[in-house]
Amino acid sequence: MAITPNPHKTTGLLGWIDDRFPLTKLWKDQWGEYYAPKNFNWWYIFGILSLVVLVNQLLSGIFLTMHYKPDAAQAWDSVEYIMRDVPWGNVIRYLHSTGASAFFVVVYLHMYRGLLYGSYRKPRELIWLFGCLIFLCLMAEAFAGYVLPWGQMSYWGAQVIISLFGAIPVIGNDLVVWIQGDYIPSDATLNRLFSLHVVAIPFVLVGLVVAHLIALHEVGSGNPDGIEVKKHKNPETGHPLDSIPSHPYYTVKDMLGVGVFLLIFLGVVFFAPDGGGYFLEKPNFEPANPLVTPPHITPAWYFGAFYAILRAIPNKLMGVIGMFGAVLAFFALPWLDRSKVKSIRYKGWIFKTAIALFTVTFILLCYFGMQAPSEIGTLVSRIGTAIYFGFFLLMPIYSKIDKTKPEPERVTYEAH
Amino acid sequence: MSNQGVDPGRRRFLTLTTSVVGGAGAVAAAWPFLASLKPSERAKALGAPVTVDISKVEAGQRIIFPWRGKPVWVVNRTDEMLASLPKVTDDLRDPDSQEPQQPSYAQNEARSIKPKVLVMVGSCTHLGCSPSFRPDHPAPDIDPNWQGGFYCPCHGSKFDLAGRVYKSVPAPLNLLVPPHRYEDDHTIVVGEDPVGA
Repeated sequence: MAITPNPHKTTGLLGWIDDRFPLTKLWKDQWGEYYAPKNFNWWYIFGILSLVVLVNQLLSGIFLTMHYKPDAAQAWDSVEYIMRDVPWGNVIRYLHSTGASAFFVVVYLHMYRGLLYGSYRKPRELIWLFGCLIFLCLMAEAFAGYVLPWGQMSYWGAQVIISLFGAIPVIGNDLVVWIQGDYIPSDATLNRLFSLHVVAIPFVLVGLVVAHLIALHEVGSGNPDGIEVKKHKNPETGHPLDSIPSHPYYTVKDMLGVGVFLLIFLGVVFFAPDGGGYFLEKPNFEPANPLVTPPHITPAWYFGAFYAILRAIPNKLMGVIGMFGAVLAFFALPWLDRSKVKSIRYKGWIFKTAIALFTVTFILLCYFGMQAPSEIGTLVSRIGTAIYFGFFLLMPIYSKIDKTKPEPERVTYEAH
Repeated sequence: MSNQGVDPGRRRFLTLTTSVVGGAGAVAAAWPFLASLKPSERAKALGAPVTVDISKVEAGQRIIFPWRGKPVWVVNRTDEMLASLPKVTDDLRDPDSQEPQQPSYAQNEARSIKPKVLVMVGSCTHLGCSPSFRPDHPAPDIDPNWQGGFYCPCHGSKFDLAGRVYKSVPAPLNLLVPPHRYEDDHTIVVGEDPVGA
């Protein structure tokens, strides 16, 4: 198939470029004339917000790297140096550390939107899979970044997470030494996590984000009604009747959303950068000490649920499998949901109950994952773990027998 | 030589051999990168044995020193502490130290060369946290039948005063007894087996 250069017939300087590089075409395909359903609600803001946070992380990260020293003997002091001596250094670091938590807030909400409206269903399985891979990268990135200040929680967090690989039979212990590059988490470990955090993972992450967006703009966005707007097209323009071009309509909506988000985000950055001990944990205000474990090791809040599952299972290998399985379960979602409809609006009471139960469970697991081990915590975590996996594994059954409501032919929408 | 006509067999053969040789080359090229992540010569040198004077450890007390960067404990156990060991046998996962978590010369109830002197790597066998020394008992907050021992604050694993793990806690194994030997009555070398052992 021949490619026609400059299909939009631009002229002048832009035309000169378009004859050689598809600048106008890229803009129009990816945003300017990308037609999106007109019935988006506010749940659809979190994709663009993730992008905003990604840019914030890349920018603030580049500047932090200019002052940070990836060396076990100097890392802690260089972070304190950024905080005290580098002009605006504390703001740049807080942008980055708050950005990490904000990333998980918006990504969790973005994924939850997918869960509510069935955004993972055919033909959007690959968008969902790219998204899951982004989520995996984000977890790896957050873990590596957390180690870099080389505080107590950095060090012992690294110890605990890397030890997870020791649960693998036969090769486990050698694998841990290989990952650490030493017999314990040490300078070698810090140095390689730095390399992964600032070079390798961001590269992969940005690549996956591009793939996520290309796939999205290829098949088109879903919407809160879970129906395909492409079924009803304007015969003259070929665009779906229930869609509007992203520019200017969603540009404006997104700008308002970004404004509201920045108001909250910067409020935290300026007035509560430690997020009440959840965004920056108190033990991490002490330099790493390999000989003394802090009395209470907790993961960052965004790993709480997975950590609770790890702790709930009284067998090391099964605990690790359960923890990783809890993340990987999301990958299977497009093939687990057998419901006739996509959106929660038209699903029956069984699916609604399942989602409600899963939501409460996830929050409870997050909470108990951050608490010191207790009898009630273990009990709740065990029940929660069962519900968590039940939500995914039983979905092919309950989504199929669930009595759904009929979907509308066109999107529900009130002009305003 | 003819430059007309295509020999598909020859093409297939060349494509296949090129792919195989290229693939093998890619695997070989990956090796130095993966191997570079192993502990360096310097890291290995720092893993050398450590000599420690234990004459100043009071009865019932513990000292901590690093070996291969991990905390190693020496506890000078009292007679009462040793007498507590049989009292918890029923609560333990591996009371007879069947799992290879100690050198053969420390495979006994006290898990040590000299019964009183416990030498142990202080990292939890669950995920490597360093358990707290809790010789106080009773301690109902830890266990109804607590006779003193080590309690991991990270995930609640429990060990008795010989580092033997309790049942139904996340840690799967007893704490590790490192290879060690006595240079004289008050000096131990951690990281080396006794002569002849």
